[in-house]
Formats: sequence, structure tokens, C-alpha cells
Amino acid sequence: MPAQYKLVKCTINGKYTETMVDVRASLTDLLRDDYRLTSVKKGCEVGECGACNVIIDHECFNSCIYLAVWADGKSITTLESLMGPNGELSDIQQAFIDEAAVQCGFCTPGFIMSAVEILESGKEYTRDELRKLMSGHLCRCTGYENILNAVEKTMLRRLGKLPS
Amino acid sequence: MYDMKALYEANTVEEAVKLRMEHPEAQIIAGGSDVLIQMREGKRAGKELISIYMIDEMRGVKLDEEEAIRIGSLTSFSHITKDPIIQEYINVLGEAVDMVGGPQIRNIATIGGNTCNGVTSADSASTLFAWDAVIELTGPEGIRRIPISDFYIKAGTVDIKEGELQTAVIIPKNSYEGYKGHYIKYANRNAMDIATTGCSVNVKLSEDKKTIEDIRIAFGVAGPIPMRTKSAELLAKGQPVSKELAEAFGKEILEDINPRDSWRASKDFRKHIAVEMATRCFIESVKLSGGEI
Repeated sequence: MPAQYKLVKCTINGKYTETMVDVRASLTDLLRDDYRLTSVKKGCEVGECGACNVIIDHECFNSCIYLAVWADGKSITTLESLMGPNGELSDIQQAFIDEAAVQCGFCTPGFIMSAVEILESGKEYTRDELRKLMSGHLCRCTGYENILNAVEKTMLRRLGKLPS
Repeated sequence: MYDMKALYEANTVEEAVKLRMEHPEAQIIAGGSDVLIQMREGKRAGKELISIYMIDEMRGVKLDEEEAIRIGSLTSFSHITKDPIIQEYINVLGEAVDMVGGPQIRNIATIGGNTCNGVTSADSASTLFAWDAVIELTGPEGIRRIPISDFYIKAGTVDIKEGELQTAVIIPKNSYEGYKGHYIKYANRNAMDIATTGCSVNVKLSEDKKTIEDIRIAFGVAGPIPMRTKSAELLAKGQPVSKELAEAFGKEILEDINPRDSWRASKDFRKHIAVEMATRCFIESVKLSGGEI
């Protein structure tokens, strides 16, 4: 059977794109191979570890189990979009550094994109709620506590409940 | 890259039915959180897929003209949990599907996929059994509606005929009006785990809140497919609300369930927790309905 392709039109990190994709590709394949967005990690590739997590139309998805052809008409955001115009880090990225929430770093982009969805809701969550909201990620280094600290502190800072 | 032979995409239900007729061997893919994983594991490798994920008319929750709750089969779990109609009338379904996988899984996984997969552990299935849900299938001859208990044939097999696809899950008004329910999932982790056993109960109390007017209970992983335990329902129906009744109701489920030994848990352990789950779900449902226990 000859390879089957489809033209996918979508917005990636704010930029309109048109890509001819092999229908067998996952969204991880599209983002990494066609756009070199290597913050999107290939971890388990079966939707368990969350290393490939990206935001599609304001909701988090594991891009490894999302067909690239489904991206048609959607707006996708990866960790790369958080970088400021002069290469600055965003507040949540800085918090991950300050709280020592990064060790090997492989899970970090996925965790941060879930944190972005949580922070953009503008709501205040309890520690337990944050634990549940971040539960779609595996980290084998940190023991999670520092990651939760980073998300919780950034949430409180954005809500003006903790000095920045 | 997935090892798939070909992908056929449908944008409307009509197109999906046509593709089903043209490619009877092809596997339907909704959100893909079961199908793509099985493909990755080699179980469905090399197969043709019919993607229905882009059919937006199959998304969303609404009340139809008979005030039945109509859940489009492609509605994701997170959207079901957040939906105001679900929260008002059948909140327990929103709670049950909020225990599936993790947040990203709940954004992609669909209620249609969960039921069509035909597995007993599906967190939505026991609650849908307990609500007497109706499954809507659309095929070349039009629409067919069947009770969910008839939809499940055996483990991994559901009643989808040639050319058909599941288009909605419907909870009739007389199933939900006046009822409140509770779901318990027993699993080894709080997230990203499959139910060792799941139990869903809903009750309708008398006006003075002292008598069980009606009660329904269903289990996941208490047999090869989700099941109701009618003996316990009969035992409690029409009885005055009490702690003793809750305990007798819990024990009675042993008359009907038939769990198996698996690497996840033994048959004896499943029976033990099932009794406790039924009792706790009973008590919680009574409390939610305004009764005292």
C-alpha cells in the first residue's frame, strides 16, 4: 500500500502552518520531526507518562496518542511558546528552577504544560486538587513534591497571595 | 508512526456509515486512547482505521424533547464532568469518569469508546448500567436504540452491526428523575490505574425520605461484563432506610457477582471489597437523596 498523506492546516505556537503529514504519524512525530519542537518528548508513547503533553485548544493532550491528522484546524502550544522575546523564562519555568523541581529534565516540559493549563484557569486550587490535576505525569527523579511546590507558589503569586 | 494500513476519515455520521460499509474490516477509532495503544502494542498493528474523531455533531450533552439526557458518543470524559446538565441530574456519572486515567486521558477519551471497547473495568459502564442507559447506534438502515445491558454481549464484544457506529448514550427521564447516586472505584493508585472493582448505586427515596422507593446497583469487574445485581435491588426495594438494610444489601450482592482471579486481585478479595463498596455506595446515595442513616 502506498504511503497516504494529508494536508494539515493548524496553528503551532501562534504561527499558522500547513504540513503534508503521513497519516500514520502521531502529533509528537509532527511536532518533533517537522517543526523541531523537541520539548515534546517521546517517553512511553502509550499515553501514560505525560512527557509528550501539549496544549490543544486550551486543553492538555498526550501528543503521542493523538493522530497528527486530527490537528487540522486546531491551535497547538508547546513549551517553546513560553520563551520571552529575548529568551527569558516564564514565571513557571523559573519556579521549577528555584524549587529544584528539575533533575534529569525529561518530564519537565510535559509537567510545565499541564501547569500552564492550570495557571491559565485563574483559579486557586488546594494542594490535593493540584496533585490530581498534575497526576497524568510520571517523574522518576524528584519525588513530585518540588514540582507541586513550584506550581503552587506560581499559582499563589499570580493570584497576588504570595510576593513575587 | 503507527503501524496502520490505511486511515479513512469521516466528518459526518453519514460519511462514517458509508465508510463502515465500504471497509467492513476496518476498526473504528474515536479518541484512540484504547485503539492506538493496542496498535502500538501490536494487537491491532497493520489494520485499517476509520477515524470518527472529527465528527463534531457527535459531541456534547443536551436534554432532548423527552427530557432524556443525550450524551454524544464522542463527548470526552472531562467535558462530561464539567457539563452543567450532568452535574444537575446525574452527577455520579461525571464523578465516575473523572476517575479514568489522568487529566490528559480524560481530555481525549470518549464515553462512546469506553463502552464500545466492551471491557468490564470501564469506569463509565457500571454507572451507565445503574442508570438503565440506552445506547443509540446509527447504521445504513437508520437509528437503533437498545438497553446498555443488551449492548454488551461478552468480554470485548458489543452489539455493533455491519455499517453501524455508536452515536449517543441516552439516560431516559424516568431513569434519572428523583434519583441520586454514588460511585466507588477501588484501584491500587489514585490516577492512571484500572479499577480492581467498581460499584455504582443510585436510589430514589419516598417523599418522607424514610423508604427506599427504588434502587439500582451495578458493578464493573465483578464478572466478564459490567452487571446489575438484581437480588440486592429486590431485597432493598420498598424497605425502610436503615444501617442494617445497607449491610444486608451489601451482602446480598454475593448472590449475583462472579469475579475472577487475576493478577490485579484475587476472586476472594474482589468479593470482599464488593460487599463493602455496595454498602458504602448505598449509604452515600441515601445521604445524597436527603435521607438519614
